[in-house]
Amino acid sequence: MKTFVVKIKFFTAVIILFLPFFLNTGIFAQLPSFLIPPAEFRAFDTPNDAGETISLTWSISPNDAPDVFYVVYIDRDKNGDFEKEAIRIKSNTSYRTGVPEIYGHKKSNENYHYVQIFPRKVFNGEPIDKRQVYYFKLGMVSGENKIVFDTVASAKARGNWLHMKKANNFIIMIILSVIIFYFIVHARRNPNMFLRKISGLDAVDEALGRATEMGKPVLFVHGLTGMGSISTIAAISILGRIARKIADYDANLKVVNNDPIVMSVSQEVVKESYLEAGRPDAYNSDNVFLVASEQFPYVAAVGGIMTRERPAANFFVGYFYAEALILAETGASTGAIQIAGTDAYTQLPFFITTCDYTLIGEELYAASAYLSREPMLMGTLRAQDVGKGLLIVILILGTILASFGLTFITHLFEAF
Amino acid sequence: MNFLKRTIPLIIAFVMGILMAMQYYVPHKLSQDLLEVVSKWDRIIAGFAVFIGAYSLLHLHWTRIKRKVEGWGYSVFVYFGAIITLFFGFLNGGKFFWNDKQEGTMFDWLYYYIQVPAGATIFSILAFFIASAAYRTFRARTNESTVLLIAAVIVMLGRVPIGNYISQYIPAVADWIMAVPNLAAKRGILLGVSLGAIATSLKIIFGIERSYLGGGD
Repeated sequence: MKTFVVKIKFFTAVIILFLPFFLNTGIFAQLPSFLIPPAEFRAFDTPNDAGETISLTWSISPNDAPDVFYVVYIDRDKNGDFEKEAIRIKSNTSYRTGVPEIYGHKKSNENYHYVQIFPRKVFNGEPIDKRQVYYFKLGMVSGENKIVFDTVASAKARGNWLHMKKANNFIIMIILSVIIFYFIVHARRNPNMFLRKISGLDAVDEALGRATEMGKPVLFVHGLTGMGSISTIAAISILGRIARKIADYDANLKVVNNDPIVMSVSQEVVKESYLEAGRPDAYNSDNVFLVASEQFPYVAAVGGIMTRERPAANFFVGYFYAEALILAETGASTGAIQIAGTDAYTQLPFFITTCDYTLIGEELYAASAYLSREPMLMGTLRAQDVGKGLLIVILILGTILASFGLTFITHLFEAF
Repeated sequence: MNFLKRTIPLIIAFVMGILMAMQYYVPHKLSQDLLEVVSKWDRIIAGFAVFIGAYSLLHLHWTRIKRKVEGWGYSVFVYFGAIITLFFGFLNGGKFFWNDKQEGTMFDWLYYYIQVPAGATIFSILAFFIASAAYRTFRARTNESTVLLIAAVIVMLGRVPIGNYISQYIPAVADWIMAVPNLAAKRGILLGVSLGAIATSLKIIFGIERSYLGGGD
């Protein structure tokens, strides 16, 4: 027994003596000892996506530094060689804080890294089964030193049918829609609804009357956006109302377009308005025309029309960019009465400066209802006002709560 | 006829409106594919619409030339420009239009050395128009324009080195004007615009607003 104890002591002494040698030669540890592996490494299907990505997260390491990199290796087989590099990031970047739609706004998010992998892009061109499970290994690289940890994380990418983080947006849309429909129904029962005065729209008759008296044309410009833009649709609605009045007044309307689709729609709208007014003979399709499809050629052409034909009234309705001031200032120099309406807030100051009347933001959308005085359309105006009131209440409440450090209401309305 | 001109477009507006609104909330690949298909339709329709636009432009200017209306010489120039551009576009640097577009051709030259500088020239006029519009606005005839004048002077001075040279507070006040009252007004406008856009979209989707089809109701 005594001999056995002596032998044990001898071997222990030998091991302790040679331990540094074993460590340095990599017999026990094949990895640089200073790279400490992250405590957690996890893969999961990215929520609320089309099923193309897999999310990976792991805890930070004390070694995180700008010259230390994390490398994620991917394989389709759990026992594969993990040779494919899926992503490489600096170890002091890519944290969970960058994806509040997944992890919210917790303080602890700073302690975890997060990356998204597009497996199909990594295996570009290779046939992959839809139900393929992907396996991942995490590695760290610092200079010449490289370490690949043994932990294997796996996940399968699946498409989601509902974006749960857009639920807030969906609920707000439903609430606003319900308010709008309620007031539409309400307006049908109470057609004499009060509407605040919009002087820009009241001036439409004045402008058209002036053009009729002077025997000069009315110029309608509906911005640079196409039919996909809600501003253009609102502008077309206003054009329909104005064209109807012009047909009644027997004035001359010119509509200058920069988009062929908008031009086609405008031609139909103006034609129908003339038909409705009982003046189909007065409609001339050459008066609704395309001048140029590029921004500044369009400006040059419209400016030329203004200075040559000197319209009595100019309408700038829709979404405008840098051309707003050039057009409106040219129109002002010709002495035309000018009415503008836009939701492009960057151009509003220019229109306010150079036009006689300006429809600011939402007034552009109110114009069609205001000009037609149809009860159902007017109901939506009341709904817009109620919606604004609701938003103001929420803003005040949110400001008060945020002032006391309660930010949940701010995050409640966060858009993803 | 009314069915084709009214009912069918209203049904299309309703179905596509609901479908595309819901598409925003569905991240699935099928939903993304639908968006892509609709976007392709949009591009195809836009491609065909170019011919309608070109016809409108050329027809209008041909009529002006034929009737010798005032300024018809400009219309001749439109034809001149269109024919030259089309010729070199079809020529495609000697490879003709059925091959891929060649680089460095006369067509490119027309674009880079005529259209781009001409556009830049028009854009540069904006600076002079800003000056004349600013002069008209800043004449301090009312209380509002006086406030505007003071705010504009502070912001302009705050954006250039001389502002800081006059007083270190000018850039700070300029930043405050931009970050607080200006931003608040901008957000107020945006909230109203968003509500207006939602209301207009619903009116169109549910066929309440039909004036875009022409002829009011």
